[in-house]
Amino acid sequence: MERVYFDHSATTPVRPEVAEAMHKSLTEVFGNPTSMHYFGKLAREAVEEARTQVAQSIGAQANEIVFTSGGTESDNMAVHGVAMINKNRGNHIITSAVEHHAVLNTVKALGKQGFTITILPVDKYGLVAVEDLASAITDKTILVSLMHANNEMGTIQPIKELAAVAKSKGITFHTDAVQSMGKIPVDVNELGVDLLTISGHKIYAPKGIGALYIRKGVRWRQSLMHGGAQEKLRRAGTENVPGIVALGKACELAVRDLDSEPAYLMGIRDKLIKAVLDSIPNTSLTGHPEKRLPNHASFTFEFIEGESMLLSLDMKGFAASSGSACTSGSLEPSHVLLAMGIPHELAHGSIRITLGRDNKPEDVDKFMAVMPAIVERLRAMSPLNQENEFAMESDCVACRSSDTCYRQA
Amino acid sequence: MYTEKVMDHFENPRNVGEITDANGVGQVGNPTCGDIMKIYLKIEDNIIKDIKFKTFGCGAAIATSSMVTEMAKGKTVEEALQLSNKAVAEALDGLPPKKMHCSNLAADALHAAIKDYQEKQK
Repeated sequence: MERVYFDHSATTPVRPEVAEAMHKSLTEVFGNPTSMHYFGKLAREAVEEARTQVAQSIGAQANEIVFTSGGTESDNMAVHGVAMINKNRGNHIITSAVEHHAVLNTVKALGKQGFTITILPVDKYGLVAVEDLASAITDKTILVSLMHANNEMGTIQPIKELAAVAKSKGITFHTDAVQSMGKIPVDVNELGVDLLTISGHKIYAPKGIGALYIRKGVRWRQSLMHGGAQEKLRRAGTENVPGIVALGKACELAVRDLDSEPAYLMGIRDKLIKAVLDSIPNTSLTGHPEKRLPNHASFTFEFIEGESMLLSLDMKGFAASSGSACTSGSLEPSHVLLAMGIPHELAHGSIRITLGRDNKPEDVDKFMAVMPAIVERLRAMSPLNQENEFAMESDCVACRSSDTCYRQA
Repeated sequence: MYTEKVMDHFENPRNVGEITDANGVGQVGNPTCGDIMKIYLKIEDNIIKDIKFKTFGCGAAIATSSMVTEMAKGKTVEEALQLSNKAVAEALDGLPPKKMHCSNLAADALHAAIKDYQEKQK
């Protein structure tokens, strides 16, 4: 069966150029960068070249880049490290309701260890309001962590404006750029951020490698990993040289392709969004219609559940994802969709399609050849319909978590 | 992660639909938690002559609904009341652990429909 991969926000295949660079580092440049001999020096050179590549891709200096095991570690390290070293200055941390769990749960954990936390709400498009951030800041605030672009609904936050608010009060600002990297320009000085998270496997490098940008002079200290003096005491453990080399190459290519790839993917994305909304009734786009990632389309389909759509799509050769509880391993649907005021029953019926360089405009036609029938079949099986869906729930409980009610939209 | 039997019942569910002159209807779950199962019964002479279902939910929810209708059809009311969620899951060669409590409500829906029938008989 011909298969179409529509889940690039989950992970991406490794690009051939990246795999080639990595292969060399697995077999030839295999030394430990800490070793004094020839093999160690070669590996050290490879690591430092990659560090420069990563730094240049985000407008940073090489010594501001620390290699990690991925986005989750970078997020943990950023939030925890700023909180710990600044706790004598203040104990207040601000984040948002739509963050990745790597940030949200780290902040919540600190909330149980003497820190006070503010979780900013979002509007129906998933946007954090600059005024909300400004009014949440207190003289105890030491850190603001807000993501650049959201993985579940694709909305791009106004990081430049948000970071400027924090900067004007002298507060450290971290952003998770895992989803935005390689899709839109990511420049640490243009954005005005102090720390920034990058993940390798979202940009055609392998899993298990990431980076954290830490602006020179920012009060941050490694507080999670104890061990050797690697990465200038910022991340203990023998360097993942093949991963680091791969990340360097992937970052270089991602930035090189920013001229063409986003426009190409946006064309496919817009074709897909139009086709779904025009030809399948009772569907909505989630996230912002314009301020969204060029490769990201996310929908809710009323009266049916996400996992059963994913299973049906998989049987037809399409790989997508969902914010339904059934796919998350918990009983709650996506915290992101709920934070936007989307009711539980709609959040259960969410489907996310994320495009990548291997997708073609024809993939949309192939998708539309099967999706309407899948939706129709599941709706015919569902006891929910236009008349009774909302009647089954007593009140608009989902509105409690958001400023704007989805249903009034 | 699903067994072949689950996928078969998901792909080709048995007894989907409604019974217009049903004499017992039961529903469990709610849209908030992501699973609703509704069972329609036509009971004659204490025997389940016809049974149909409608389900909102994941693959396991649809497969267990389909399976419970197959297991209950032709049974007496008393026999049908003996059917458990566990027995439905076993008939499907098992469900993934996390699906055992959230999407394995089909026998509960059947029992709710029988209860509705019994109430109406009083």
